Amino acid sequence: MKSTARHFKDNARDALADAGLQSALGKMETGFVVNRANAAARLPEFEALRDQGRDIKNHTLQHLDFYLETFEANVLATGGKVHWAATPEDAQQIILEICQSVDAKTVTKGKSMIAEEIGLNDFLEENNITPVETDLGEYIIQLRNEPPSHIIAPAIHVLKEQVAETFFEAHKDLDPERSLEEPQALLDEARAVMRQKYLDADVGITGANFLIAETGSSVIVTNEGNGDLTQTLPKIHIAVASLEKVVPTLEDATALLRLLARSATGQEFSSYTTFSTGPRRQEDPDGPEQYHVVLLDNGRSELLGTEFQEVLRCIRCGACMNHCPVYSSVGGHAYGWVYPGPIGSVLTPTLLGVDEARHLPNASTFCGRCEAVCPMRIPLPKLLRHYREKAFEEKLVPAVERAGLGIWAFVAQRPALYRWATGMTTRILTSLGRRRGRFSTLPFAAGWTRYRDLPAPQGKTFQQQWSAQSGRRDRNA
Amino acid sequence: MSGSRDAILGRIRGSLGRGAVTGTEREVVEARLQDRPRGIIPARSDRDKKGQIDLFVEMAESVAASINRVPTTDAVPDAVGDYLARHNLGANVRMAPDSWLEGIDWTQRPTVAITKGPSDGTDEVSVTAAFAGIAETGTLFLHSGPSSPTTLNFLPENHIVVLRTSQIVGPYEDAWDLLRHAGKMPRTVNMITGPSRTGDIEQTIMLGAHGPRRLHIIIVDDG
Repeated sequence: MKSTARHFKDNARDALADAGLQSALGKMETGFVVNRANAAARLPEFEALRDQGRDIKNHTLQHLDFYLETFEANVLATGGKVHWAATPEDAQQIILEICQSVDAKTVTKGKSMIAEEIGLNDFLEENNITPVETDLGEYIIQLRNEPPSHIIAPAIHVLKEQVAETFFEAHKDLDPERSLEEPQALLDEARAVMRQKYLDADVGITGANFLIAETGSSVIVTNEGNGDLTQTLPKIHIAVASLEKVVPTLEDATALLRLLARSATGQEFSSYTTFSTGPRRQEDPDGPEQYHVVLLDNGRSELLGTEFQEVLRCIRCGACMNHCPVYSSVGGHAYGWVYPGPIGSVLTPTLLGVDEARHLPNASTFCGRCEAVCPMRIPLPKLLRHYREKAFEEKLVPAVERAGLGIWAFVAQRPALYRWATGMTTRILTSLGRRRGRFSTLPFAAGWTRYRDLPAPQGKTFQQQWSAQSGRRDRNA
Repeated sequence: MSGSRDAILGRIRGSLGRGAVTGTEREVVEARLQDRPRGIIPARSDRDKKGQIDLFVEMAESVAASINRVPTTDAVPDAVGDYLARHNLGANVRMAPDSWLEGIDWTQRPTVAITKGPSDGTDEVSVTAAFAGIAETGTLFLHSGPSSPTTLNFLPENHIVVLRTSQIVGPYEDAWDLLRHAGKMPRTVNMITGPSRTGDIEQTIMLGAHGPRRLHIIIVDDG
């Protein structure tokens, strides 16, 4: 998928002016956020499970080569195949060859962020293979020709009236007078349309929430059951996953599963958690004849041993974006690539480069909510700060901004000068602002005053007050 | 692409600043794979059998599964027949070719018409057994095999699962141990917690997205 991360500022401005989007995003706080809090509160062990989850992932990443080799050996032992893809292009080619080996016309797809990263749908279409997204949200946005705007709720930006419009447009052979006002009618229609597509597909492609080294299994977690129909009905099941999805044992996957649904949707457990191991056995009455796992690197192996290794713990629950004030204001598309929200603001510069994505680490108030809810305890604000520093070091920040920061640094490193300058500024602003108590325009501060007034200072600076109290915290102490 | 494989593994090792995992370190990770240490297990399901059954029922009902507890195997045909009647589902059910289910005397309820085997998508109701029930979250644990086609768990709109109380365990880990004890990892393990659902249209939760609209669990008290 082509990135527009470079245009984050314009994207964000458009998103803020989009009334439909704002209305759709407004429902997030009462849904995901409240549900997660309740789910966490119902499980007394939740915080301890988060520590354990972090430790399991850290252990696995520290021995990633060992666990990937073990995983591969066990997939082979159960009759499956593992394909290693260094780049998205390699992965495209591998998947195409598998599809062509059975002369595939249509491919059903379960939700997969890695498939988005690979740009799989466009690529398959270019090669005359029709990909059909089966997750309801993914199906809606596929029809609308849009990328997902959330990693677990891809159509969260779409209103039900827009879904109805899309369905009237796409399902031409159905009665044009039918009612699609209720969400239930929309769901029933999608279910009916999709049913035949599951049965007709030659290949089913899913992602994987986890890969299990011990057994060579891939795990998917869904609520709809679409992933299961996708990987059960066609002749071939392909699971696409990035390297860091592997965990050692079924027990380790279970420990992480206790965190996933609670952090994502606030459910105790998702409706369907499915472990797939190899193709159907000889005596099985159903299931795919071939099982392939495509392992994508795409730069991840180079993150190990760096300060960014911690992002590889991510289990893609979406809690960071659900709780992010910036995400809930601008939505996922503004971020411009596959992964939105705080995790996207770290992953996008990591995978596409700081030059492309330098605005994303700035799209944060550093309020810390993302880190507070991350089940894998990824220090997202710290990583965002790393990228801000990197962008500055690599001189990607515009000259005016750099000069401003340079002046500030010069002054801040000289306490006497700093005290004099802030004291002077405060005095001037206090006297100028006395009448109105606020400024609606100020030189050098247009970036602030364009959107809101700056309150006028009232009296002395912090340092002046501090020394007036002889450095005591409490005046009455 | 074996070139990619070696390059990727090489990059991982390079980034971690070491060669392949060898020596004592290898013994430690191999031992971890062998021993499969259990992590923190929530105390919630640490109860006696009766308590675990009650927890299973409570959790399964909280995710919109319906439950019918019956005293004996003989009561199963009526439980199925009554369910079909209550929901106006006609007489046909597609049943898993499971020896325990086949051992039930279905002639007691002659109006239930049973065919057996996987589903091709035309069945309205399926009846399957389960491998285990997990009390912690009211989760059914099913797996594929000659007697348990996976399509029965997903294609019909109504999925009826017959579970025995002796199959109910506390946490997921106990079900994994039972499965390991039973033999090799099957092609598919399905953990099923309530019927199919979606929140993809304006975050409104609706049942019956692509899988079953209804999940009905008949629990047979087998002591």
